[in-house]
Amino acid sequence: MDLNYTEAELTFRDEVRAFIKAKLPNHLVDRSKQGKSLTKEDFEEWHAILNAQGWLAPNWPKEFGGKAWNAVERHIFEDEMTKANAPRVVPFGLSMLGPVLQAFGTKEQQDYYLPRILNGDDWWCQGYSEPGAGSDLASVRTSAVREGDFFIVNGQKTWTTLGQYANKIFCLVRTSKESKPQKGISFLLIDMDTPGIEVRPIVLIDGTPEVNEVFFDNVKVPVRNLVGEENKGWTYAKYLLTHERTNIAGVGFANAGLENLKRIARLEQSSGKPLIANPYFASRIARVEMDLMAMSTTNLRVVSSAAAGHAPGAESSMLKIKGTVIRQEINALTRTAVGPYAMPFASEALEEGSNVEPVGPNYAAPATAQYLNNRKLSIFGGSNEIQRGIITKAILEL
Amino acid sequence: MNFDLTDERQMLQDGLRRYLADAYNAGARKSIDEAEVGFSEDIWNSLADMGVIGALFSEEEGGFSGEGFDIALVFEEMGRVGAQDPLIDTAVLGGGLISILGNGGQKDLVEAIITGSQHLAFAHGEPTSRFDLSNVSTTAKQSDEMYVLNGRKAVVVNAPSSSHIIISARTSGDTTDTSGISLFLVKSDADGVTRRSYPLVGGGHAAEVTLSDVAVQKDALLGVEGEAFDAISAVNAKATLAICAEALGLMESIKTLTNEYLKTRKQFGVPIGKFQALQHRLADVLIEIEQARSAVINLAGHLDAEASVRDVHVSATKNLIGLTARLVAEEGIQMHGGIGMTMEYDLGHLAKRLTMIDHRFGDTDYHMERFIELAVA
Repeated sequence: MDLNYTEAELTFRDEVRAFIKAKLPNHLVDRSKQGKSLTKEDFEEWHAILNAQGWLAPNWPKEFGGKAWNAVERHIFEDEMTKANAPRVVPFGLSMLGPVLQAFGTKEQQDYYLPRILNGDDWWCQGYSEPGAGSDLASVRTSAVREGDFFIVNGQKTWTTLGQYANKIFCLVRTSKESKPQKGISFLLIDMDTPGIEVRPIVLIDGTPEVNEVFFDNVKVPVRNLVGEENKGWTYAKYLLTHERTNIAGVGFANAGLENLKRIARLEQSSGKPLIANPYFASRIARVEMDLMAMSTTNLRVVSSAAAGHAPGAESSMLKIKGTVIRQEINALTRTAVGPYAMPFASEALEEGSNVEPVGPNYAAPATAQYLNNRKLSIFGGSNEIQRGIITKAILEL
Repeated sequence: MNFDLTDERQMLQDGLRRYLADAYNAGARKSIDEAEVGFSEDIWNSLADMGVIGALFSEEEGGFSGEGFDIALVFEEMGRVGAQDPLIDTAVLGGGLISILGNGGQKDLVEAIITGSQHLAFAHGEPTSRFDLSNVSTTAKQSDEMYVLNGRKAVVVNAPSSSHIIISARTSGDTTDTSGISLFLVKSDADGVTRRSYPLVGGGHAAEVTLSDVAVQKDALLGVEGEAFDAISAVNAKATLAICAEALGLMESIKTLTNEYLKTRKQFGVPIGKFQALQHRLADVLIEIEQARSAVINLAGHLDAEASVRDVHVSATKNLIGLTARLVAEEGIQMHGGIGMTMEYDLGHLAKRLTMIDHRFGDTDYHMERFIELAVA
């Protein structure tokens, strides 16, 4: 048992820190610290900087332009990035589709799509959920019917994150209704410019149009855009979801959020003292910090085990639940910390490029919006109820 | 012991519930949110015509009753539909302060409030005062026959729609002294008053009010100079009851929506309400809402008790409501899943309005601290 990083891991961490110091643009950090939303251009700028360093897709195998980092290296990288308030890497092409194509795509698909993901030529979005298929993903109904060299796609996807920026979408579609639902699903790559596709924004309770509905009306998709075999899409979908779950604990986000919370609690006054000196509030910060300290180690235990070659299974469900509950508690405490200034609806001040002065202190403006927005953490990517179900079945065998 | 409503209150509740269900129909919210003032003038006038505003004042004040149970009843119904009419600001705070402190001429405003023709806001909190009622650094200095006001007031709800604002200012003492606080009834468009208006997360509008050398006549003073604190405490207790009852109505509606959703939303081939994990959580929500109802009744029944008793109930109820509100809002969203996070579905507005209630009249931590001081220590 040794809780410290090895020499090699420390050297690696210093390399990451030096890179951040030299290359992470201040304007992106400021925007993220102020809780402002990032534009498509912001994400693309950061992707290009990482790509120039060869660190945009470090989890990819070397043959596809990655670094083949192990789980500990990936953890160090993600931890340093979130602590530094770097923009997140948009995961749809890099962490989701990329690994699926590497494992199941044709040589032609790999040669065409993977470099385009790295170079920023394509912005992918995810066509998984449907109005009737949320937690029960296998019940997707969007249909793809073969006609010659094309599939004709009809149906609706929803909760498509940042779909408004995307030029491509990877979709789970139903190609057979014959046996159990999981067996008639295929994995299709679709160009968003194809006639018959319509994207409609869904405005969330924090006022942001972060997610979308995507409608398909007789959309013609070439058969060469099928990934793997027809009706085997569920296997690829599950493979993708295990990759979606890297960094699922969000330790870096939680640490950054906790630092921000403490900073605010030192600045806010309550009964003539800093709020952080109020024993009731301080004890709630302490409670979540202690939880986070333990969860960081739980996370590292899973990470080390993965680095040693054990695929994380139901452990990632545990990390998802604990990680999201901790982040949501930090968001709730931050909202509480800003007191009455949680009440103004500040969506204009939070838009990127906005010159609108926030109503209260700068740090107060994003508090409520972030609290509301992060209610999604325990809903998406397999709700926390679904994760509990996985633990119940896979570990407890109930 | 009798927990039934009187016949009069039952009639008021039935009428108000029917009216609000109709007035706040599916299309209403959007037009209300887009209205410049954050509420509907038509609904406001109808509430006045129905006697809803009058029900918040005693007969002596020109109303019909004005007891704790009247306030609880009205605001629970308002909460059920997520109404965002500024009843707390115009009637409970504004009308309440004038009723307690006003002289003959000033009291004419109460009649105008009851008939729906006048709006008020109470500008008390300041950028760093948080929830401390005695923390006032805005100053009022006497010069000749005038008072001159300087300072800044934070998140003054309903200030954008109000013709008059009641402003608290210090005429003597240190920043947190209870004595030395005075109230002034000031026209919103008076020289030196600037309002920066904005919408609120939970609906309605507020403003940051800046006072720079605002000169008012001596007759703008409400009550006795330097002795406004007790009246401020009293209307604050009443407003706390109102907002707690509103929270109760919001929680009931969130529970109903969630209950319906569990019966109709199918995943894995069955309504999700068939899953015991969700059943038990909604059962817990129900239990906590019943606790919240009892807490509201406790406060309503002690609203007119002496201040030391009243304030124990203010803190006990507001603390419990704050905790329950967070549970109900978060569980409501979680059990709905993604749809619960959208602006389009009713739940979103109800949950946001409920969540914001912890940010007015003291949050759960503030009232925990206060309850310990008043009742435990």
